[in-house]
Amino acid sequence: MQKIGVFVCHCGTNIAGTVDVKAVAEALGKEPGVVFSTEYQYMCSEAGQNLIKDAIKNYGLTGIVVCSCSPRMHEATFRKTAAAAGLNSYMVEIANIREQCSWIHKDVKVATEKAIVLGRTAIAKVALNTPLTASETPVVKRALVIGGGIAGIQTALDIADAGYEVDLVEKEPTIGGKMAQIDKTFPTLDCAACILTPKMVDCAQNEKIHIYAYSEVESVKGFVGNFNVTIKKKARFVDETKCTGCGICTEKCPMKKTPNLFNLGLDNRSAIYIPFAQAIPKIATIDADYCNMLKNGKCGVCSKVCAAGAIDYKQQDQYIEQQYGAIVVATGFNPIKLDNYSEFAYNESPDVVTSLELERLMNAAGPNGGTLLRPSDKTHPHTIVFVQCVGSRDTTDCGKPYCSKICCMYTAKHAMLIRDKYPDTEVYVFYMDVRTPGKNFDEFYRRAVEDYGVHYIKGMVGKVMPQPDGKLLVRGSDLLTDEQLKIEADMVVLAAAIEPDKTARPLATMLTASMDTNDFFTEAHPKLRPVESPTAGIFLSGVCQGPKDIPETVAQASAAAAKVIGLLAKPALKSNPCTAHSDENLCNGCSSCERVCPYGAISYVDKEFRMPDRTTKVRRVASVNPAVCQGCGACTVACPSGAMDLSGFSNKQIMAEVDAICR
Amino acid sequence: MSMNEFKPKIVAFCCNWCSYAGADLAGTNRLNYPADVKIIRVPCSCRVNPMFILRAFQRGADGVILCGCHPGDCHYTTGNYYARRRMTMLFSMLDYLGIEKERTRVEWVSAAEGAKFAAVMNDFVKTVTELGENKRLEDLRCKK
Repeated sequence: MQKIGVFVCHCGTNIAGTVDVKAVAEALGKEPGVVFSTEYQYMCSEAGQNLIKDAIKNYGLTGIVVCSCSPRMHEATFRKTAAAAGLNSYMVEIANIREQCSWIHKDVKVATEKAIVLGRTAIAKVALNTPLTASETPVVKRALVIGGGIAGIQTALDIADAGYEVDLVEKEPTIGGKMAQIDKTFPTLDCAACILTPKMVDCAQNEKIHIYAYSEVESVKGFVGNFNVTIKKKARFVDETKCTGCGICTEKCPMKKTPNLFNLGLDNRSAIYIPFAQAIPKIATIDADYCNMLKNGKCGVCSKVCAAGAIDYKQQDQYIEQQYGAIVVATGFNPIKLDNYSEFAYNESPDVVTSLELERLMNAAGPNGGTLLRPSDKTHPHTIVFVQCVGSRDTTDCGKPYCSKICCMYTAKHAMLIRDKYPDTEVYVFYMDVRTPGKNFDEFYRRAVEDYGVHYIKGMVGKVMPQPDGKLLVRGSDLLTDEQLKIEADMVVLAAAIEPDKTARPLATMLTASMDTNDFFTEAHPKLRPVESPTAGIFLSGVCQGPKDIPETVAQASAAAAKVIGLLAKPALKSNPCTAHSDENLCNGCSSCERVCPYGAISYVDKEFRMPDRTTKVRRVASVNPAVCQGCGACTVACPSGAMDLSGFSNKQIMAEVDAICR
Repeated sequence: MSMNEFKPKIVAFCCNWCSYAGADLAGTNRLNYPADVKIIRVPCSCRVNPMFILRAFQRGADGVILCGCHPGDCHYTTGNYYARRRMTMLFSMLDYLGIEKERTRVEWVSAAEGAKFAAVMNDFVKTVTELGENKRLEDLRCKK
């Protein structure tokens, strides 16, 4: 017979406010097997944990139930407490009377009754718990970083600094990401390239970092400490080992009308290209959609001019398999498509641009060599209207419900830079709210208004109408003066909302990492574990987890690296002991379990059995490899003879829970 | 027993990775749903043996709901597909035995869908309450 202790937590007033904790402790004290029952203000506090330890020792408890917050919160804490008092840490069950009781019910009587049922359910389960011991598995000392923007670069550099091998996978031909496209950065007005490209070079020169540019993650198998990843290296049609990045091929290529995606299609490049001057790796890539040789088999100019003989029109995608201990997701973002916002005439007029396009238009390496000109007629714009929150904070289906966070600041930056360089240009900014929390951010915004004379107008733009003379008539309202405004603008800049990169969703499926409804990766705990995914061994870096600016991204990237280093530094990982096991006497060797196991953890062995008539017989029975089993329990249900069971969530335990609820 | 007093017994099986976390999020966001719902945590929706559901009805449950990760998002890759197939068969058999289809349900609730969890539970409790007490499979020998 088990000797069970029950510990009911008040959690201040979080639980005690709606649940009569004394009544719960009293009622649960009467349950069969319970020899000790008490309540305390904060069970997770040191005093609370000592109370549990003392009770385990004094009453010789063989199992404990803590009625408190979610097991996702403090199960690990109380398991450690039990272990410290000499009780097997898997003899602990949590009754979730906070998230799933006190926080959702207002009536004390109802909540108390439910808490008692949840408590007795946990007691019924713990009475059937058996001590479990975690086995240890080795950790592969290598990390994978997916995404080569500033987030991925910083994470890779920090992990490599600690002495571990890192593979950096980037889907574009070069690392650098969005930051490489940006002109200046707020609030210091540093040139983005000047602070980013040295980091890119560091990555390339670091012996521990291996860059897989123009590559994608094809499949992910395994689990924390032992991920098995296939990387697809897309065909560049250029031999990476031979290409010197001289660029002669890009000059000689006759297909000059290929949209330059690095400049967001604002100008053209050749079909064979190096995205930008500081690209890492600096290797040419052939755009198969535009290359005449690859499309029609006619041309071959690049191959003729290449002194290194690097062009290879027959190059195929390559697949690389590699093991990793940890994976960092740094897939970043994109501005949303603006097709739903026809009122701003983005698709009608080339002079209506997004903010990222404006970055390219103002960049020295951009289409106009750094001079701000209207895309339509290459004239200097004298009036520019910025529209904030295009698609952000939009609860209709058109846009995104969240604040994209960076737009207020980069618009202040754009406005300031334009006023600084072209003082004759009037700049208007239509905004819903100006949000500038952050070090030196509000000071920066105020400088734009006070020192640079940018006209901030609280209100939304209703419509942008292209005029026959090339002007853009902007109609909006000023909410502070309650006036309707008409502005004749030369350019309109839209602060488009940002959204997670489209590759993030299939990647999340591969990694079995969870996402929120906006396709941002969810963190293990929104406050206390912000860079870890709930899936062990998967870490989050940068905007893939939520909108952030560069300093925040870099901070989070380093934090993710620190977590990865902590994981890789461990000689071995304790594996989950809640694995499946088969009763050989019941197993009939039917292979049902083997077929449903997603991990291939089940194999069959021939075993000798003594028969009732004292003869022996060899039978084929299932055998589970606990190091590979992840404990999902699919096999336990597939087993027709009831031989397969799952430790920690056994058939008997779950039945007992059902009984306790329905009692 | 009049309809107003009837409080159904609802057993909810929730997978640890998505739906249980979704239920926690409903709590964190203080989203109300009836106390009649009692949650059993399982590692994956595929851990739920049809026997558990039969047992619940035998012991007097009025409704059983199984919640798991959205198709394609299972922590164990394929578990929710197994669960979906098994439950489709079980529920049609239960319907044949006289346990109305409305008393059983499979729902996909992600860790981020606290609001969906509360909405699903509110709706399910309402449906089961309207159906009234379940006596079809109840094993009266189990009653005290």
